[in-house]
Amino acid sequence: MLVTTLFVIAGILLITAIISITDSFLQIEAKKTGIDTSKENFSLFPRLGDMFGPSVPEDLDSSRFHVLKKGHDIKLTGEAVGDIIPVQSSRYSVKPTNFRGIAPIPKMLVAEGDEVLAGEPLFFDKQNPDIKFVSPVSGEVVEIGRGAKRAIENVIILADKKINYKKHDVPNLHEASRDEIKAFMMESGVWTSILRRPFDSLARPDEIPRDIFISTFNSAPLALNQNRVVTGKEGSFQKGIDVLAKMTDGKVFLGVDSGDAHVSKAFTDAQNAEVHYFQGKHPAGNVGVQIHHIKPIKSGDVVWTLNVQDVIIMGKLFTEGIYDASRVVALTGSELENPKIVRVTGGASVADLLRGESFGGDKRIISGNVLGGNVLSADSFLDAKTEQLTVIKEGNHHEMFGWLLPLKPRPSVSNTFPNFLFPAHKFEVDTNTHGEKRAFVMTGQYESMLPMDIYPQHLMKAIMAGDFERMEGLGINELSEEDLALCEFACTSKMPLQQILRDGLDMMQEQS
Amino acid sequence: MGLLDFLKRIEPDKKESPLLHTAYDAFFTFAYSPDSTTKGGVHIKDGMDLKRTMIHVVLAMQLCYVFGTYNIGHQHFDAMGMYPGFLEGFHLKLSHGLIKLLPIFIWTHVVGLGIEFWFAYKKGHAVEEGFLVSGALIPLIMPPDIPIWMLCVAVAFAVVIGKEAFGGTGMNIWNVALLARVFVFFAYPTTISGDNVWVSGFADATGAMSLSPGSVTDYSWWHTGLFNGLFEWMGVDIFKEGAVMDGYSGATPLALAYQGGWENVTNTFSQSQLWWGTIPGSIGETSKPLILLGAAFLLLTRIASWRIMFSMVLGAISMSMLLNMWGATPFMDVPWYFQFYLGSFFFAMAFMATDPVTAASTNTGKWVYGFLIGFIGMIVRVLNPAYPEGWMLSILFLNTFAALIDHYVLESNMKKRLASA
Repeated sequence: MLVTTLFVIAGILLITAIISITDSFLQIEAKKTGIDTSKENFSLFPRLGDMFGPSVPEDLDSSRFHVLKKGHDIKLTGEAVGDIIPVQSSRYSVKPTNFRGIAPIPKMLVAEGDEVLAGEPLFFDKQNPDIKFVSPVSGEVVEIGRGAKRAIENVIILADKKINYKKHDVPNLHEASRDEIKAFMMESGVWTSILRRPFDSLARPDEIPRDIFISTFNSAPLALNQNRVVTGKEGSFQKGIDVLAKMTDGKVFLGVDSGDAHVSKAFTDAQNAEVHYFQGKHPAGNVGVQIHHIKPIKSGDVVWTLNVQDVIIMGKLFTEGIYDASRVVALTGSELENPKIVRVTGGASVADLLRGESFGGDKRIISGNVLGGNVLSADSFLDAKTEQLTVIKEGNHHEMFGWLLPLKPRPSVSNTFPNFLFPAHKFEVDTNTHGEKRAFVMTGQYESMLPMDIYPQHLMKAIMAGDFERMEGLGINELSEEDLALCEFACTSKMPLQQILRDGLDMMQEQS
Repeated sequence: MGLLDFLKRIEPDKKESPLLHTAYDAFFTFAYSPDSTTKGGVHIKDGMDLKRTMIHVVLAMQLCYVFGTYNIGHQHFDAMGMYPGFLEGFHLKLSHGLIKLLPIFIWTHVVGLGIEFWFAYKKGHAVEEGFLVSGALIPLIMPPDIPIWMLCVAVAFAVVIGKEAFGGTGMNIWNVALLARVFVFFAYPTTISGDNVWVSGFADATGAMSLSPGSVTDYSWWHTGLFNGLFEWMGVDIFKEGAVMDGYSGATPLALAYQGGWENVTNTFSQSQLWWGTIPGSIGETSKPLILLGAAFLLLTRIASWRIMFSMVLGAISMSMLLNMWGATPFMDVPWYFQFYLGSFFFAMAFMATDPVTAASTNTGKWVYGFLIGFIGMIVRVLNPAYPEGWMLSILFLNTFAALIDHYVLESNMKKRLASA
């Protein structure tokens, strides 16, 4: 019996060896005659390089190709599909709280009852009076809503049927000085879309960024495909890049998804910018991760980051002289009957946007993806820079032995769930925490979710201890909440990492 | 939903009876996962929590429990020369094993969980899951004949001084289960060391534990009353009084190796016996294949760190190769690959060194940590004249230094960032 088995095994090994050797000969021969063997279907077996090594396109400088091994893609149901549908809303809001780094009571330039044009200033921050926050639409200011301690929560505008834009005199890019362009950007409202790192807050007027980074893909769950955004707006996008290139002595870097076969030429062939390719799971699309791999932020550095849509808005301003705040927004999530992609002006009313959908109390509307973003009520307004709404179920229910024998599939990075056997499964999720908060117990978990040379758990401990030197040394200046979102999702101890990080960034900001 | 409603109805008032509420909360969250939802930050959370993590470690030990229990009985009858085949006298061996194991298991949990509940009540937080694993590990690393009072003192010491004094689960510096074991080892050396304790159920004329020739079986009411009654009724063999065979020493393979090298071991035990674990030893650490199955389960579920396990094997191999080259004592001459047939290396590797709280927490640190445990543990095993096994001491030693290893890893990370500024 044993002997027979051994003979069978030996036979199989022999045949495999013969096939493998002939296969290698075939490849050597092919190489000699100059046939392209790089296609993986040329050989019977995948080559070692195909299995383990990065697949760097041959015509590309490998220093511009980044393979990220860490991270995790969360696949959810409710993907937005179809053509971009234009949606009008009757009321729009500008929320000062959307802009990080400004005082809670900005100086108002308009009063209730005033008529404004799209692009006309509504208010400014008293610390930086040059940076104007402008109206996205034309119409009448109907309400200036105040919250606790008279902080201004939102400025609501009743929109005209047809939007009238304020016409700007655009400075000539070739002749104008950097300061003139800067002043124009601050006056016209596009400055408010520029974020700075460290702190991921509003860019400051007196700073010249070392470099400017733009991620052209979003790897978050159900995120909007940025190719959809740029289609038909290629000219505006390129113009925006040209403007940004004037603002820095360094470079403008674009991060492009190497796995996307239909990536827009506007990204890959952009002028005045250096294109870097990224391959990997979420959070490979996060601009913070890309900065880390292109040119990390060292102590004292300041860089700017922008969204693709904001670059397009900036480009349109510099070509046509108008501030057109319309954006493509993906309406996603398992609780929407018709997930779709719409074009809507920032700050639109959520009720108008989700017309036709039903809302009970057990659904959560998220301004952003499931890994971050504010919770919106059905009678509130979109945030200024939102490009995604996600609607999922609330998870406020008990589950019998839910920790041990869950009845419903749920996303997890852990192999104690059979999820790894079904990599293509799309999950329907709810907001249950699936467990209680605990002290840090597991280690190495965050590191495997964050493709950066950073020790998140030790950074968190440094923040909790208020140790500034350690916080800076461990890389807090490179991070924003979205970078740690996946770690927070995966955390066994259910730690609020994004909150801890923001506390740390606030502490650092007060010190600087 | 009926049960849920019932449980909600009997919930004790948190203010009036906090201790009762703590206990209730522990059992309620065991039966039902909480209905809390995310607030701020991420909106969805991974299905993994600490309870699930811990229970998977406990699951990985179950084969050791089954085998260990049976092996207690097997060793007992082996000492008398009765039922020499492994499966002969199955019912007797199993019931003797259960009589020995269950009190250890129950008392470990009564004392350990009792202290956990008390501290949770005093601190006003939920009962944490750490003791699920510690409580499952402690019985497996105790000798089968350990007096229950010693066990209770050791568990109390480990939980209070080793864990709660530092702030509870996730805060402790030393592995809790190993602290219990090391307490027994250092506090009661006369009772617990030597060859007497590894085979259970014998006493000399004074009633003290003994394995010398002439010692007779020390059966309790459970043997003679309960099980014998049951077995008589079933018409199978019953527990009979007997004596330790002449020439039986009860020495563990490690003790034999220390005295006379590998040859001395193989004179008493066959290689397959050593590998499969039908040898005297602590309850759960003898069977290498079953421990390795548990380790594979932990690696597959990615709960335990493969870096620690792998580097610990590397460390142990390199040290035993060095000792082979030195070769000053018979024990040093034991070929390095046979060192793995001896003692509790695999158990320490799979379940003790990989405890995430007490191990190094950086990935680089884990390589160093694991390697040094293997390296130092082998030194202690081979060169320590008092007690030929090293993993307990080397893991506790490296637990102490884990923070230092991490410190240097983090310093180098910080230096990289600050230097080029």
